[in-house]
Amino acid sequence: MNLDPLILTLIIATPLAGAILLALIPEDAANPDGSKRHAIGALLVTLFTLLLTLHLPAHFNYHAAPHTFQFEQDLPWISSPAIRYHLGVDGLSMWLIVLAAFLAPIGVLASWKTIQTRTKLFYTLFLLQQVAMLGIFVALDLFLYYGFWELSLVPMTLLIATFGRTENRRRAAIKFFLYAFIPSAILLVAILWLYNLTGTFDLSTLQALASAHQLAATPTALLLCSIAFLVAFAVKVPVFPLHGWLQDAVTEAPTAAVMVLAGKLGLYSILRFSFGIFPEQSRHAAPILIALGAIGIVYGSLIALIKTDLKKLAAFSTLAHVSFVILGIFTFTILGLDGGVFQILNESLIGAAFFVLLGLLYERYGTYDMRDYGGLATRLPWMATMFVLTALAAVGLPMLNGFVGEFLILSGTMASIVAHHVLWTTLAATGVIFGASYMLWMIQRVFYGSLGIRSAEVPGWDLTAREHLELWPFAALFLIMGVASPLWMRAIDTYGAATAGKVVEIAPGWYKNTETNAYSVNNQELGRWCLDHPGGCKVSVGFHVAAGKEAR
Amino acid sequence: MSPNLLALLPELLLALTGVLIMLAEPLIAPGRTRKPLGWLAILGTLASGIAVLYQLHLVNASGPITAFYSTIQIDAFSIFFHLLIASIVLVTLLASLDYFQNPITHAGEYFALVLFGATGMMFMTSSVELLMVFIGLEISSISTYILAGFRKGRATASESALKYFLLGSFATAFFLYGIALCFGATGSTSIAAIAAGLAITKTPLLGWLAVAMVLIGLGFKVSAAPFHVWTPDVYQGAPAPVVGLMSTAPKAAAFAVLLRFLFNATPIYRSHWILLIAILAVASMTIGNLGALLQRDVKRLLAYSSIAHAGYMLVAFTAAQHEAVSTICFYTAAYAAMNVGAFLVLTQLSGFDEKLRTIDDFTGLALKRPGLSALLGFFLLSLIGIPFTGGFFGKFYVFSAAVHSGYTWLAIVGLANSGIACFYYLRLLTALYSRPLTDTIADTPSTGRITFPVALALTATAAATLCLGILPNRILHLTQRATPTSTIAQSVSAPTATIAQR
Repeated sequence: MNLDPLILTLIIATPLAGAILLALIPEDAANPDGSKRHAIGALLVTLFTLLLTLHLPAHFNYHAAPHTFQFEQDLPWISSPAIRYHLGVDGLSMWLIVLAAFLAPIGVLASWKTIQTRTKLFYTLFLLQQVAMLGIFVALDLFLYYGFWELSLVPMTLLIATFGRTENRRRAAIKFFLYAFIPSAILLVAILWLYNLTGTFDLSTLQALASAHQLAATPTALLLCSIAFLVAFAVKVPVFPLHGWLQDAVTEAPTAAVMVLAGKLGLYSILRFSFGIFPEQSRHAAPILIALGAIGIVYGSLIALIKTDLKKLAAFSTLAHVSFVILGIFTFTILGLDGGVFQILNESLIGAAFFVLLGLLYERYGTYDMRDYGGLATRLPWMATMFVLTALAAVGLPMLNGFVGEFLILSGTMASIVAHHVLWTTLAATGVIFGASYMLWMIQRVFYGSLGIRSAEVPGWDLTAREHLELWPFAALFLIMGVASPLWMRAIDTYGAATAGKVVEIAPGWYKNTETNAYSVNNQELGRWCLDHPGGCKVSVGFHVAAGKEAR
Repeated sequence: MSPNLLALLPELLLALTGVLIMLAEPLIAPGRTRKPLGWLAILGTLASGIAVLYQLHLVNASGPITAFYSTIQIDAFSIFFHLLIASIVLVTLLASLDYFQNPITHAGEYFALVLFGATGMMFMTSSVELLMVFIGLEISSISTYILAGFRKGRATASESALKYFLLGSFATAFFLYGIALCFGATGSTSIAAIAAGLAITKTPLLGWLAVAMVLIGLGFKVSAAPFHVWTPDVYQGAPAPVVGLMSTAPKAAAFAVLLRFLFNATPIYRSHWILLIAILAVASMTIGNLGALLQRDVKRLLAYSSIAHAGYMLVAFTAAQHEAVSTICFYTAAYAAMNVGAFLVLTQLSGFDEKLRTIDDFTGLALKRPGLSALLGFFLLSLIGIPFTGGFFGKFYVFSAAVHSGYTWLAIVGLANSGIACFYYLRLLTALYSRPLTDTIADTPSTGRITFPVALALTATAAATLCLGILPNRILHLTQRATPTSTIAQSVSAPTATIAQR
């Protein structure tokens, strides 16, 4: 049976069906605290979803034309206004879908012991969150996408409000919701305005219209519209001055929720919708965003350096890492975009592993204050190993995945034509050093030195079999993605190569490799060349050129 | 059957059932349950609903029915509102059957008054003559005044009824004054004749004043700011199921009248009244949402929320007639589903005595009553306007209508407002799912059983909210057909429609 046209619907429907099923299964009345039936159900559903998503990389066509989508399903939903149920995948979203599905079972395992009461509510909301996230990644109709985008706020807010750690949880939940919802409301106006302009919500159509300069509106209106898009997404990332919600939400949210809290949804939306519908306006905004990205890296790292609460440290480390992605993608170079998308995967994996580890520490010692820790390495050798591995991946040790992304991004920034690139590259590279310092300092304070107050009182125990099961997939991926990045890059590059470069009026452009001075009609060739010459690929800016004339 | 009788059949059935209930009331011994009267009311509503469907069948076959010297007109527009009002009344009656825990002697009046109110509201939507509209308005208003004070002997209930009555009579006086001015300017009170008369009138100032007066009168009925001051106090004192009814059905009827009046009677003043409407809309949205932020009492909070929702609906009046009608029809239906639903859950949770009042009282409710909490949460999410609920599509259509007619700034104000709004809904929502239980909830018996009629009513409202959010196609087709037909008025509204297209 050919699954291709149905697979995306199946991927969304499975967790949705799972959520409904879990909501219908009653809680174990005899044993309300400690019933595992909902956890087992959620685990099975998420594993099955992961299995379904693996269909995508297995059948992905790497030679498809740029700006086309695969595994498409396109059905009419509402006739007036013309809203379609349009799903599809390309090189950008494919691995993100697999990533989201991969993190889900680990999230369930990580909640296995920490969530003892109200398991039904927890896992139902968790699966709904999964539905919304997967929906965001596959929706190609702007309206459908917006539906999933707003829906993703609800389960997360309730998870934080219900299962938050401290008394501050309700405030944190409302803060999270408001921060995301108000810009989204303005985003809806922008979407409606676009619909009024073009009469369609379909992303492919809008993309084609935008690249052919057929959006009939004043430049100012288009710019305002693109800002509405960008701000709504930037809050969710979060980009530097808009990160007010992050610390509270991260501190409160349970492990499984915090793993999917920041980063990929917002970044994907920027790449897909801001870049897709507003190619020119995004390039105008690029210098500002690059600056904010670089500042975010340094700012996040510096704040992380002085935080003694592990979760707060993790929150600011997240800020630094997503800022790295912002820096990379807004260079509009192939290297920067490829590296940026790859770094989204890295950041999510590393962040998730880090939060799982923090959750395990909290389970044992009941505190996130690292001053209470110390000298754990001798007692919990496996835990220490995993922590160090994650930290090294985060700081970008060569051979591990973080290095690939950071290197590509920094090379991309260097090659970018945007002004002051050297300054921002230098600043960002400094951020890497700060990043290494807070991570390693944290490792030192928690795992080495003399025993802390808490670690002396509480015996603690090393990783159990279930916890090994949670962490080894991460460790394996860190290594594989570090040494075999082309496996992922091949798909990502189809997106990066199609998006990089400068937009010029003539659509069917040629591409010039400014290193070899060779022209090529196919921009994928250039991208592949860069992958084959990772060290020597200093300049990789692909320009659309009109009739062989270089257009800067 | 004579066309006159046929045109008023749904109203007549309701009124007859109401009278029957009044007559049967004294036959039941004091202290006995009044439930059979409730079932009688439900039967009457069902019969009236079937009569509406029969009318729809006739209208589909042979066009609008006019009766009583063209003062009553049954078209797709009025049938839509008839159906909506009948459904709201039906659901409210189902939920009220067990509302009176200790058999109260005057429970029968409640059912009769609900039916009389519904008669008035239906009458409002099918009249195309302003004096007829006024009669309908009075019938529905007087019934709701009494219903608002139904929990006799409580200070808040008396306050509620008295406030509603005094301010309400004031507003209907304004409405009547508007009609008189209209008559002065055009020599007629029939909507079609007004439209024709205003085009050639020598005294346009009277016409303007008439529009303003009618707007004030109806603005009060839909609780649009600045005519909203009664809303929080009245909602707080009135019984919860009645609030569910009176925050939706009379509003729907008033919006129907407003649609007919503005688009069919005074289209040539469109550029004038659109400004007034925009002011009302911005004021209602802003005052409603900011006011709700300060509320601790859940019913007051929902009162302010209903002011804000009236503001959203007013935004749709900026669109061309066809779009405005379909949008407002959709929004009133969606709002009715979610708001009646929310108040039904409140009825179930707090009962006749209303033990749970403030947001803090609701803390931790999900631990005790997970099902009802989930439902209330769902209705609140719909009121926020989360996708895949009726509330979202309502908002979507309203603001897309505004953008479509070039009022992007109104859409921005409205959606920024809906951003503020989610704060207070969320405060209630997160309270439901917080720990620990408050003493108030812990003391109430956990086995507050949900009887079959209530379950039916809750399921119906929840299903309607969900269906309007996932499959809005069907109802949208219905609403798109519902543009009021009035031969003269349509020819007048055609040029304004082209103006609206920019």
